[in-house]
Amino acid sequence: MTMKIKMLYFGQARDAAGKGEESFTVPDRSSVDFLLQRSSATHPKIAKMKEIMQVAVNEDISDAGRVLRDGDVVALLPPVAGG
Amino acid sequence: MTLAKYERVTRSKLDIPWILSQTRDEKSGGTVVFIGTIRDNSEAGNVDKIDYDAYVPMAEKRMLEIEDEINRRLPVGKFMMQHRIGELGVGDVSVVISVSAPHRAQAFELCRYGIEEIKRVVPIWKKERLADGREKWVEGKVPVKADAEPAGATKGKRAGPRKK
Repeated sequence: MTMKIKMLYFGQARDAAGKGEESFTVPDRSSVDFLLQRSSATHPKIAKMKEIMQVAVNEDISDAGRVLRDGDVVALLPPVAGG
Repeated sequence: MTLAKYERVTRSKLDIPWILSQTRDEKSGGTVVFIGTIRDNSEAGNVDKIDYDAYVPMAEKRMLEIEDEINRRLPVGKFMMQHRIGELGVGDVSVVISVSAPHRAQAFELCRYGIEEIKRVVPIWKKERLADGREKWVEGKVPVKADAEPAGATKGKRAGPRKK
């Protein structure tokens, strides 16, 4: 079985991916890390930024080992710079 | 006291007199207001405009968490924080934080806390559009931990539920 995950890109990550969002279909019980590998394979510039970025799952900061569920929204967040 | 119903992150021009009126408080002896504006220069050169990007629902949540902490430290008084996003020109107001507190020390301290936390944990990014045509993302600090806790939060103890 597979599940559909929505990925959001912000700031530098939006430029690196060339888009603000996209969907990935991944195997059930895939981790955040697996999704990041898929995204990096599609967007080489994202691979280069991975080390400095945080990941949010459904608007909460999450670690790479988190197991995803169908319909989750995963956001790639470069270091923030508001104000 | 948290003022619940307003957009913490907005595309609209920030209305400073309205923010001041919302944080007017008869139990407070002073109000400290921080107004962040777009500077015409940066390390990269002369700045024309800044484009602000945000993960709005998460930014709203983070701002409420900051307010929870301010609420915990300020049992009496009022505060409000708003951040503008989108394309802003030189001199435009990007962020306003207003804190009314019984005593000035608290008002200064919590206003400073508010802006520092916004810059540290709220998912907002800015791209400078320079006068010479270049564009440059402003690089934020890479967080030390996977999950950034508020700097002043008591370890192991979260601020209580937000007052409605």
